[in-house]
Amino acid sequence: MSGHYVQLCNNPLRFEPVTKENSVFFDESNRQVFSVTSGEGKTHVVVRGPDIKSVAKFFIPSGGHVMSIKFSYDRKILAIQRSLKVVDFMNFADGSDSQQYSQTCKSKSAHIIGFNWTNFNEIVFITNQGLEFYQAHGWVARICQLWKQSHLGAGCRYWKLLDVWGTQLPFRDAVNVFKLLLKLVIVQPEKHSLKMIKNYSVQVNWFVFLPESAVLLLSSSGLGNVIHPYHFRAGSVMRLPKFEVDLPAASKAMKTGLLERDVTLANIDGQLYVVILRNQLRSTNTGPVGAEIVLYQLQRDIPAKKFAVLQLNMIGRFAVNVVDNLVIVHHQASKTSMLFDVRIGGDFDGQITYHEPVLAPLPLEQAVIDIGLILDSQNWIVFQPNIIIDAKLGCLWQVMIKLEPLAVMITDKSLLVDFLLLRRESKMVILTVFKQALTPGRQCSLPVLARMFDKMNSAYRSYSQELEQASQQSPDGSRTQSPQKQLTRCQTIVTQEDVYTHVLSLFVENKNINYKFMVAVLVEYIRSLNQFLIEVEHYLYELIINLLVRNKCFYQLHQFLQYHVISDSKPLACLMLSLECEYPPAYQLALDMLKRLNTANEEIIEVLLSKRQFLPALRYIRAIGAEDSVAPRKFFEAVLNPEDPMLFYTVYKFFEQRNIRLRGNPDFAPGEHCEMYVKKFEVLFGPNRKSRQAFSNDGAIQ
Amino acid sequence: MASMKTSPGLVNFFIYNSTFGPKEGMEKEKIVMYIPTGEDLDKKIKNIGLCEALVKFTQTFSPNKPCNSLHTQKMRQVFFEAEPEFWMIMTISIPFSEKMAKDGKMVIEYHDEDVLDSVLDAVLKQAYKMFKLFNGTFGYILKTYHLEALRKRTEHFYASYLQTFNFSQFDILDAFTGINFLPLDKNTFLRIQSFVNVIEHTFSQIKYTAFLYSEKLVWSGLEQEDMRTLYKYLVSSLFPSTINLESMENPRSQGYVVVQPKLHQGRFITGPSDLGDVPVPSTPPKMFVNTDSEQEELILVVYKALEATICLMISEPYPSLELYKRIDTFIGPQLTTLANIVGEQSAKKQLATDQQYRYLYFNHMNLAQKSSVHSRKSSLPCVAPEIMRLMGDISTDFASFQEDGETYVKTMSDCWIVGRKSDQREMFVILNQKNANLIEIDEEVRRLGITQFNNIFFLD
Repeated sequence: MSGHYVQLCNNPLRFEPVTKENSVFFDESNRQVFSVTSGEGKTHVVVRGPDIKSVAKFFIPSGGHVMSIKFSYDRKILAIQRSLKVVDFMNFADGSDSQQYSQTCKSKSAHIIGFNWTNFNEIVFITNQGLEFYQAHGWVARICQLWKQSHLGAGCRYWKLLDVWGTQLPFRDAVNVFKLLLKLVIVQPEKHSLKMIKNYSVQVNWFVFLPESAVLLLSSSGLGNVIHPYHFRAGSVMRLPKFEVDLPAASKAMKTGLLERDVTLANIDGQLYVVILRNQLRSTNTGPVGAEIVLYQLQRDIPAKKFAVLQLNMIGRFAVNVVDNLVIVHHQASKTSMLFDVRIGGDFDGQITYHEPVLAPLPLEQAVIDIGLILDSQNWIVFQPNIIIDAKLGCLWQVMIKLEPLAVMITDKSLLVDFLLLRRESKMVILTVFKQALTPGRQCSLPVLARMFDKMNSAYRSYSQELEQASQQSPDGSRTQSPQKQLTRCQTIVTQEDVYTHVLSLFVENKNINYKFMVAVLVEYIRSLNQFLIEVEHYLYELIINLLVRNKCFYQLHQFLQYHVISDSKPLACLMLSLECEYPPAYQLALDMLKRLNTANEEIIEVLLSKRQFLPALRYIRAIGAEDSVAPRKFFEAVLNPEDPMLFYTVYKFFEQRNIRLRGNPDFAPGEHCEMYVKKFEVLFGPNRKSRQAFSNDGAIQ
Repeated sequence: MASMKTSPGLVNFFIYNSTFGPKEGMEKEKIVMYIPTGEDLDKKIKNIGLCEALVKFTQTFSPNKPCNSLHTQKMRQVFFEAEPEFWMIMTISIPFSEKMAKDGKMVIEYHDEDVLDSVLDAVLKQAYKMFKLFNGTFGYILKTYHLEALRKRTEHFYASYLQTFNFSQFDILDAFTGINFLPLDKNTFLRIQSFVNVIEHTFSQIKYTAFLYSEKLVWSGLEQEDMRTLYKYLVSSLFPSTINLESMENPRSQGYVVVQPKLHQGRFITGPSDLGDVPVPSTPPKMFVNTDSEQEELILVVYKALEATICLMISEPYPSLELYKRIDTFIGPQLTTLANIVGEQSAKKQLATDQQYRYLYFNHMNLAQKSSVHSRKSSLPCVAPEIMRLMGDISTDFASFQEDGETYVKTMSDCWIVGRKSDQREMFVILNQKNANLIEIDEEVRRLGITQFNNIFFLD
């Protein structure tokens, strides 16, 4: 196994490297790399990404040095910042519309620090005096426009459609349909202007933006440690409560404030965190302290709270990525990376959890790229959530986590299961971990296995509970949102079927394992399932029964059944019946089981008949009140094979009496097909009817 | 006026093997063991001779089941061929009372019906099995050692074993020699199971494990027959003897001496009692299981925490003090927690089931017995001995009858006893309802069946 758990993807996105003529820009929202080369009168732009194959090349008018360049989410509008005051726009659709238009920031004295698209047609400018939120085109305006421009056949058709729907659907849905259609229909933004929606005034040092969550952080105050978070949604922006990041005393004294490069926004398991790197400076009384990362959890109604501290135990330059809900911290000096999972472990002091890295820092695994290229992490720039760019080399990598090496490296297996359950696509890795934990030589002890099973089943339990709640709440429709949100939580679910097919069914076939250990493992799994109130699947019972039977541990099996460890079922009862010749008590166990099922009267009668327990069978049908519905034929057939005249007589008479009660005479109904047995009775005991009449006549005379 | 009735008592108990002294003049060689040992040799030989004759004689009529018991006016003798040619005989005196006859003379009246064959038969078999559990079979001892060793061992064992007999207290439960199981919910049972599994995998020396709670069985890794005997030993001999130990220890804690509290409540019942650096641990008993197939010799170490007992059957050699210590530190705390969990649960159960019926239940299949007739601590029944005997008689009837069925009996004292048998299960109910008729009693029994035995297939 390789000694890496973090790797760069094998096929990086290649782009034209940075030179004097060529500037490179990366847009986190669309994951696109822009290579901008100024030429005579025109500027050449190459856009690559998000995947390796997509390339777009076009010219833009030269208008000065490009400071920033980004496409809107639908890649229909290109925004270019060439000066501190103005952002230029170009509309793109089916080729390009070379007409440029621009938007100057509203406040006269401000200058633009940067901008970000927040929606397919909405953009936010961040100036040193606040933020300005613009919309390229209001959709209502655009619909009206469409309506007027009747030459747009497609638009017209859709408009009619909308009209029809609009009258039938509730308003909200209609709006959603409109929005959807807008995306489809409006291929060409016609109007060359922007409309301001909102602006906020606040002094800004720098900003951090997380496109996937559309959250913007503005740094304010002299030390830059007052953070104003904003959350963007279609057509609106919401200001979240500001908060202050506490700085180490030393840096306060030296007037070094919070820097942009030390702040990252991360979305971990649906929660937003402000990740702040704190390089503890050498203090005189405590000696050298390792750097740490502080996580502030962003909340809607209250200022962000300090949530967790990741202890790095090293000093130097760090960079942060977030992959698969793990915080990966790259340390430049040692060229190693560390993993943190804020959802597992840590020491909780009542307010903050302190985490150590999941494992010791290890170098990144770098995929070998073209020979002749030297990888030098000095030039690397890290983008969120999982991008590393070497602009000199012209490479963009995605950072990936390798679970297989981790499975070997984490020695605490129950921690490992916890860790893996929180990763994406980790099911097979988890199952492999279990498989290995049961392999002779590498076997885990039973208590460890028990903990591993418990972790897995606890995750399954909470998942199925959420599902249940969701299905309960969905009929009333209103409150579907909250459980849905939890369901999207990253959590791998391992079912009994997975464990059975990939682990247990192979495990019990292994000849090198003591059957006692096998039974112990199965019992442990069943115990764990029961503890988390998960219904145990029948194939697990079959596994344990077969195991016990194969090893002749009948008495142990008996005890399991006695305490209902193995749940009752008809197939199981049949299995028990089949074991009777090897283990006679199985018969009683099977009958008890059928009785408890309450739905197996047919089977009970069958069993009794096959045992030639005719009178008990008759008593039983009488006790359960099934005399009227039962087929006498079945009884006659059984009692005559082999023939027992006395019992036949008794059974026959029993049914005759039933017939009298039902129909007033002892004859069998034609549908019951008993003619053969009536004849048989007459052969054995003489004509039935006559003897009875003779008897009653006699009685009458006396 | 009738005087007090005497109790049945043991007259003699002996084991013989005719093949040891086939010739005349060698009769005394046949004796393997004879109690009372002080008996005149001549009498011993005569008694054995009579038994031999009876067996030989009855063999002509029934070669496979020659002689079971011999009834005389003053005595009852039960026969059991424990191993081929090894016959065990037990003789009991019939209780009698003196009665004033019409003519004023005292007449001795013998109460033959007070002594039940089925019970005596079971007691005799139990005596053999108990010996076998701790010593192995007669044949095994004879083969590995010699006849003299067998004579010594049997005498040593039975001299003390027979002293525990009290024939007036034997009743139908002794005939059943069943096991009381602890009713427990699935999850707790599984926890105990997994605890047992962990023990067996942590200590590879431990071959089998049994778990009991307050004298009721929860789990046995042993086979049923071995467990049956072991259970009997634990309940009737080992546990009562430790109660004395406990009460002896108690004054210490009641007094003013401050005892360093132990982290858990666990301690050994067999094996060392104190794990301080006392060098010589007392030796736990050796036991022999699976004697029918491959006999295994094991050492029985019993460990107890609160009401929970765990029997560890360890393969030889005898565990070292070090192993004991490891077992103690491993099992002690966990067993204490488990005992608390089980205790809580069974306390709840006890509250839930109100004992309004007096009944006795036995399942021949899993040896499960339940009795609300016998109070928990002392195994003395709280009903008249006549009623107990009556139940024994009904049970004997069932045994000879084979088929399922039921019996209703009304005693002179207006007490109803209902016995039922379905497949391998027997149930007896005692109902003290004055002036109740058969239908009412039937109804009452049916109700009991619904409340207490709803989850088993018990035919009406």
